[in-house]
Order: sequence, then C-alpha cells, then structure tokens
Amino acid sequence: MNARFEYLLRLGDDALLLGQQLGLWTGHGPVLEEDIALTNIGLDQIGQARAWLTLAGRAEGTGRDEDTLAFHRDQSKFRNALLCERPNGHFGDTIVRQFLFDAYAVPLHAGLAQSNDAEISAIAKKSAKESAYHLRHSQAWMVRLGDGTTESHAKVQESLNLLLPFVGDLFHSDEVSSTAASEGWGVDPAGLRDAWEATLTETLEAAQLRRPDAAPEQVGGRLGRHTEQLSFLLAEMQVLPRTYPDAKW
Amino acid sequence: MENPLCPSSVLSAFPDVFLKRMEMDLLQRFEAYVASEKKIEPKDWMPDAYRKTLIRQISQHAHSEIVGMLPEGNWISRAPSLKRKAILMAKVQDEAGHGLYLYSACETLGVQRDDTIADLHSGKAKYSSIFNYPTLTWADMGAVGWLVDGAAIMNQVPLCKCSYGPYARAMVRVCKEESFHQRQGFQIMMTLAQGTEDQKAMAQDALNRWWWPSIMMFGPPDDNSPNSAQSMAWNIKRFSNDELRQKFIDLTVPQAELIGLTIPDADLKWNEETGHYEHGPIDWAEFNRVIAGHGPCNKERLAARNKAWDDGAWVREAAGAHAEKRAARKAASNTAAA
Repeated sequence: MNARFEYLLRLGDDALLLGQQLGLWTGHGPVLEEDIALTNIGLDQIGQARAWLTLAGRAEGTGRDEDTLAFHRDQSKFRNALLCERPNGHFGDTIVRQFLFDAYAVPLHAGLAQSNDAEISAIAKKSAKESAYHLRHSQAWMVRLGDGTTESHAKVQESLNLLLPFVGDLFHSDEVSSTAASEGWGVDPAGLRDAWEATLTETLEAAQLRRPDAAPEQVGGRLGRHTEQLSFLLAEMQVLPRTYPDAKW
Repeated sequence: MENPLCPSSVLSAFPDVFLKRMEMDLLQRFEAYVASEKKIEPKDWMPDAYRKTLIRQISQHAHSEIVGMLPEGNWISRAPSLKRKAILMAKVQDEAGHGLYLYSACETLGVQRDDTIADLHSGKAKYSSIFNYPTLTWADMGAVGWLVDGAAIMNQVPLCKCSYGPYARAMVRVCKEESFHQRQGFQIMMTLAQGTEDQKAMAQDALNRWWWPSIMMFGPPDDNSPNSAQSMAWNIKRFSNDELRQKFIDLTVPQAELIGLTIPDADLKWNEETGHYEHGPIDWAEFNRVIAGHGPCNKERLAARNKAWDDGAWVREAAGAHAEKRAARKAASNTAAA
C-alpha cells in the first residue's frame, strides 16, 4: 500500500467534498454577506483540495492529476471523512458541519506545517491561515445561532446532535496515518482530538449548547465505506468529465 | 472649487414660498455643477427626480448582480475541472460583492437595503432581463462571461464617470472585475471552440442562444427609450443605447470569428463606409415579453431569491437577537463596574 498516496487523498477528499457542498450555497445564503463568506470558504477548500490531490497524484506515480482523481474515481475510492459528505441541510447544519471540521483543521494544519516534507509543509502553512479564518467564521455563527432565538437554539442543537456522531473518521488512526507520523511527513490524527475537544467545549459553552449524550460514532470514510449521500454528490460533480472523457476544459 | 450645493437639511428651516424659489435657484446651480463634470455627493442637495432615478438605476443594478448569481451558480457544482470550479466560484462571489457595493451606494440616497430587496422579492423592482434565460450547458458559462459581462462592461464603463460620486466610485471596482470576467468567459469559449466536436457544438449553441438577448441588454432603441434624455442631461448616462449596442457588436463579431464561431444573424454585414457592422432586426416583442415576466426563467429566479430570503429569516433573526443580548450584557457589566 502507498501510505503517502492514501494519506494525501484523505486530506484532498475532505477539502473537495466540503468545497463542493459549500459552493451550492452561492446565491442562496440567508444574507448577502454569507453568500460571500460561504463561497469564499468553499473556494479555499477547493484550492486546498487541488494542492493535496496534485501531490497525491504525484505520490501515486501513475500520472493521475487533480482532475483525474476528483472526477474519475467512484465513491468507494474516496477517502473523505463521513462528516464532509453530510448534506448541506439548512444553514445551521452547514455551520455545524463546518465548525466540527474547522476545529480539527486548525490543529491538523499546524501539525502538518511541521512536516519534514517541504511541499506538505508549504501547503499546510497556507491552509493554516485559511482554516484559522474559517474557524472564526463558523465559531461565531455557532454562538450567534446557539445564543440567538429559541428557534435558532433548537435548530442548531439538533444539527449538533445529528452531526457529532460523524466526527470519528477525523481522528481515525491506522497503518497509513501511523506511517505518516513515524516518517515525519504527516501527523497522527488521534493526537488532534484533545485540541478539537477544547475548541468544542469552549464554543458550546459560549453558544449555550449542550453536548449530546455520547453515541456510537459512524466511521468508514477513510476506508472507502461511505453514506448514501456521496454517490449523489459525485454524480453531479463528475457529470461533465464522465460524459465527455476525451474533452479538455 | 467648493461645492456650492447646500446640504438638504438646511432647507427645512425655510417657509414654503421661499423654499420654492430657493429650489429653483438650487436646480440651476445643480445643473451647472453637474454640467461642469463635478461629482454630487450624498449630503448635497439634489432634485428629487435625480435621486429617484439613481435609486431606481442603482438598485436595479444591485438586483441584477444578485439575481445574476443564480444562472452561473447553477454550474458551480458541475464545473468540469477543479480549476474551472475555483474560477467560477470566485467570479460569482465577485458578483455578490458588486451587489453589496451597489446596495451600499443606494443607501447613501436614503433607502434601506432590506426595503430595496423586499421590492425585488415582491416583483416591484426590476433586474436585468438577461438573467431570465436559462444556463443549459457548461458553454453557457463561457457565453455569459463573454457576452453578458461584455455587454455589461460596455454599459458600465461610462458609469465610472457618472455624476453621482458613490455610484461612480463603486463602478470603477466593478468594471475592473467585470473585465476579468469577460476575459475568462471568452477563454472558456475559446477552449471549447478548439475542443472536440461535442464541445464546439456546445459553444456554438450557447452563442446562438445568448447573442440576441445580449444585444438587447443595451435597452430599447434610442427613439423608444423613455428615461434616456434626462439621464444624459444629468451625466448619469453618457452614450445612447444604440451607440453602446453598436460598439459591442463591432467589438464582439471579430472575437467570434477569431475562435471560429458564427454569430446567429444572417443579416450581419460589415459596412465599409460607416466602419460598423450592420445587424438584422431585433425581436423587441421578445424583449418586452421577458421584461413583463414571461421569459423562460422569470418565475424560477424570483422564487429562488424569495426562498433564500425566507429560509434565512431565522438566521437573520438569530443574529439580531444575539447582537441585542451581547449589547445588553455589555451594558449590564459596564453598569456593574461603575
């Protein structure tokens, strides 16, 4: 198994699925400023996806580039965390999904910035600036919605109850991640959980939200076992390159 | 030169009979001031009709940016490469930004953004009719950038010199971004025109569908343009609809030829004497039909805007409620500290 390829795919696919879904908000946000913010965050995610997938393609060494990997893989070959393929739902669902991810992305990028691989470190340093900003945005909305009206509090609490069980993949450790960590070019995701927990606790307190009772976590994305949603997402995303395989765009 | 126009708030101190005389005097001074290419600023006195014209024009322009996000946003999820996806997201996000500057420019004339948006949602306010056409294939992203943004630039560059300062300044930035959008649209078309047979057909089909609506974007012909003369006198408008349309056609036809696409106008021909292209008759009945609400997508566009606004109501209310709670907590802690 090519651990480097697998590891980079995980990074790239998380960003790709979030970017793909955030883009769906363009023109449909609750207020113009949020159309801009969500599209901008989605744009950052697509930028990160391109960088990680390009590097993944090179690590694999069979000539696949960012687009071949994004548009010509079936759902079982995707390595994104299940959280990232959860549907947009309403604004609160999108915010909670993004917050749970951002709280993980900040320590992840900080760790990867220390990578002994110059390219991984460079992409992570750029991504770290973006994820810090994304967290500020999603955290601020967690607090506004949690500590807003009775309706918004109830809605965002429900989003949290639904999405929290899907974070397991983010901290999934296996042979791939332990190789990444032991060789010094990646980080062990299990080690990011404390920082993520601290951000979660602090934010839920400010937002006056209750941490749902512990439930079994849904996992499988890192191994290619996905939810029903992914296939629909990919069908839409991949339609043109699949329909016109010889075309250059 | 000092602005000789009196702030409008000063006028309220005078009785009506004097007011009338002063207004006539102010109107003359206003017209002379505008004729000397000076900018009117928000606190300056301005005739009511000038204010109303600008509110109508700037808010329609803002609405066009926002409704215009929908036909292009439609293809973000299906962009055929990650690079194209990123470019399209950046472009549509720019349009949202234009909407924001323009709503802000409109607010300097004394109207609130939410009220202006409510007029859009109720169907009272208009937006550019071009966005009532559907985007059916990826090539439409090329055609919209190349033709629709191209026509918009033609209309908007003169607005950088518009007599109303906030609008003119907003347009400087808008035009810089639009000109980039136009080039990226042309680049999509060029790539398709040089691509596979399917791609070439897609590009030609998009040009066929977008050409006539694009040249209608300049508005009715000069002999049937009700608001033009006054707007020209006030230096809001600088060129007539037909002048701008001709300029657009003269510039665009050679671009289509360069990439091997055919303009869908059998009557189109170059006139050596005038140095301009002559074009076939424009279907103004179609133009009027779409403006009147009967285009292919009028109902979808308004429904999408209304849905976004209605679905977002609880979010806006939450943000307002949270801001109030924060302010109350801050006030309470300040009182306690004192």
